[in-house]
Amino acid sequence: MPNTNSDYLLAIEDLTVSFDGFKAVDNVTMYVDTDELRVVIGPNGAGKTTLLDLICGKTAASTGSIKFNQKELRGLAEHKIVHLGVGRKFQTPSIYENLSVYENLEVSYPSAHNVFGALFFKTSDKVDEDIRNIASEIYLDEFLDMEASLLSHGQKQWLEIGMLLIQDPELLMLDEPVAGMSVKEREQTAELLKRICKGRCVIVIEHDMDFVEKIASMVTVLHQGSVLAEGNMEDIQKNEKVIEVYLGH
Amino acid sequence: MALSVSQRLFGGKKDVISLLVMIVFIAILLPLFLDIFRLNLVGKYLTYAFVALGLVLCWGYGGILSLGQGIFFGLGGYCMAMFLKLEASDPETTAIQSTPGIPDFMDWNQLTELPWFWVPFQSFPFALAAVLIVPTIFAFIIGVAMFKRRVGGVYFAIITQAIAAILTILIIGQQGLTGGVNGITDLRTMLGWDIRTDSAKYVLYYVNLALLVICILIGKFILSGRVGKLLLALKDKEDRVRFSGYDVSNFKIFIFCVAATFSAIGGAMFTLQVGFMSPSFVGIIPSIEMVIFAAVGGRMSMIGAVYGTMLVNYGKTLFSESFPELWLFLMGALFIGVVVAFPNGLAGLYTQLKNKYGKKLSDSKSFAPDEIKIQESEIPVMKEADEDDIPPPTNTEPVKL
Repeated sequence: MPNTNSDYLLAIEDLTVSFDGFKAVDNVTMYVDTDELRVVIGPNGAGKTTLLDLICGKTAASTGSIKFNQKELRGLAEHKIVHLGVGRKFQTPSIYENLSVYENLEVSYPSAHNVFGALFFKTSDKVDEDIRNIASEIYLDEFLDMEASLLSHGQKQWLEIGMLLIQDPELLMLDEPVAGMSVKEREQTAELLKRICKGRCVIVIEHDMDFVEKIASMVTVLHQGSVLAEGNMEDIQKNEKVIEVYLGH
Repeated sequence: MALSVSQRLFGGKKDVISLLVMIVFIAILLPLFLDIFRLNLVGKYLTYAFVALGLVLCWGYGGILSLGQGIFFGLGGYCMAMFLKLEASDPETTAIQSTPGIPDFMDWNQLTELPWFWVPFQSFPFALAAVLIVPTIFAFIIGVAMFKRRVGGVYFAIITQAIAAILTILIIGQQGLTGGVNGITDLRTMLGWDIRTDSAKYVLYYVNLALLVICILIGKFILSGRVGKLLLALKDKEDRVRFSGYDVSNFKIFIFCVAATFSAIGGAMFTLQVGFMSPSFVGIIPSIEMVIFAAVGGRMSMIGAVYGTMLVNYGKTLFSESFPELWLFLMGALFIGVVVAFPNGLAGLYTQLKNKYGKKLSDSKSFAPDEIKIQESEIPVMKEADEDDIPPPTNTEPVKL
């Protein structure tokens, strides 16, 4: 196992996962640092979502290492990884449809994670204030009391981002955050992402190239489980291997 | 924003009223109009309501369908029955046995001394504690074994059913230790107090009601806080809860244990009011019947579940007196009908009707995230209307917390 002690916030080295011999992620090495907004692109089946699954512990890696703040994440339980400061948004908005926007954020508040703490948990003024701040940041301050199932698709995406923000994670991973959003909502989301990557590291998976251009500081291209190219958006757009993968078939 | 303990226990004005209506109905109206035989039957039905309450918590809110709640009802009932049986088996009354002083069925099975696990049940405090603790520990073991391995849904339901079947077979097979298929019968006194008299039946009826109300309040306390919201959340999106930093299995184990404790209290009260306990209240059929009680009453409403239990059992008594062979078919039809037509049972139907005809009545605010709030979402019109477009902000109501 490689053992580079890097200063990067997130250091992924030689990461491989194999499902019955099929390598969904194959020998990926990638470093991401604080204040960085990294976009991961790639054709369908390139292993983008699997990569996030590996980092947040949803899928167990076969080999390699994932170091977060110099701490190995492999083998930790999902909730422990969250407690270390890793937040993850799913591809389809995962929010609690039966609860109000306020309650969605309240449940995500990072305290009282054990049963008896939760049983006697009280929403203090501090918690209330934080919830309202986050809600205005994700453009939902007027919808706090609305049941989440009534939100539009784009608003649900924002709500899930808000549910992560309230935990103040150091690493935020967003799987297709603008899917199903209107043009205006995309613009608002781009602003939101630029704001929230201050002081933390954000990894975004996205297909929409216009959107990627707007937000990315660095782009990693995955293809068939491996890193095909890495660099800023301009270099990537000129890269012949990338053009071939995207346009070649 | 934070709710005080009394708000969490009693909820808003509406919740208090519906609870009071239920108490008046059970404590005053029923005793006025029913003779002691019928009232004792109602008391028996109400012991099943404890199980239905537990199912509202773990199935309605937590999404954990257990088809084996009879296990805990039975264990609670047996713990109580063991104490009562030992008291009824003193050496004087059992003088004709070859070993006096042990329960009669042990004597028939050639046992000559009390088995070790029966010995502590000579103590009343131990028996009372066992009623609560034994089923809860058993539920904890099942819960840890299943939920830590992320067994859920249908698989969990089938496994609980299998455990119920195993326990029944075990009880029937170990006749000398458990009383076998007949169960533990011929119970007479509790600490010298004859439980078979009419006055005792009245007292037990009211004790039963008081315990039921306490369980409802405990349930309300759990559901109105963060745990209640988390249960709804993990029923909907378990992964989201897990990736929000919660160990989901602990919450499932907790609510499953609470449901088991409630069921056990019901079982113990059953033994006291009916005067015996047998494996026919442990197995698969009673366990499924108990799920039907909760479904008919409304699996999102604790008070609904109490009414549902009484109604279905009343129907059962009524029909099985006149058409015994038809009852099981009717019960099956009732279950299917309720699930298809009224997924939230009687309580859901009530809320739906009230929303339709009684809009003006609903201006008082509720404090707790109780059944009323959940069911608003069940009205299909509201769901379809705003699927794609952003709902107008004017729709928002004041905070319902």
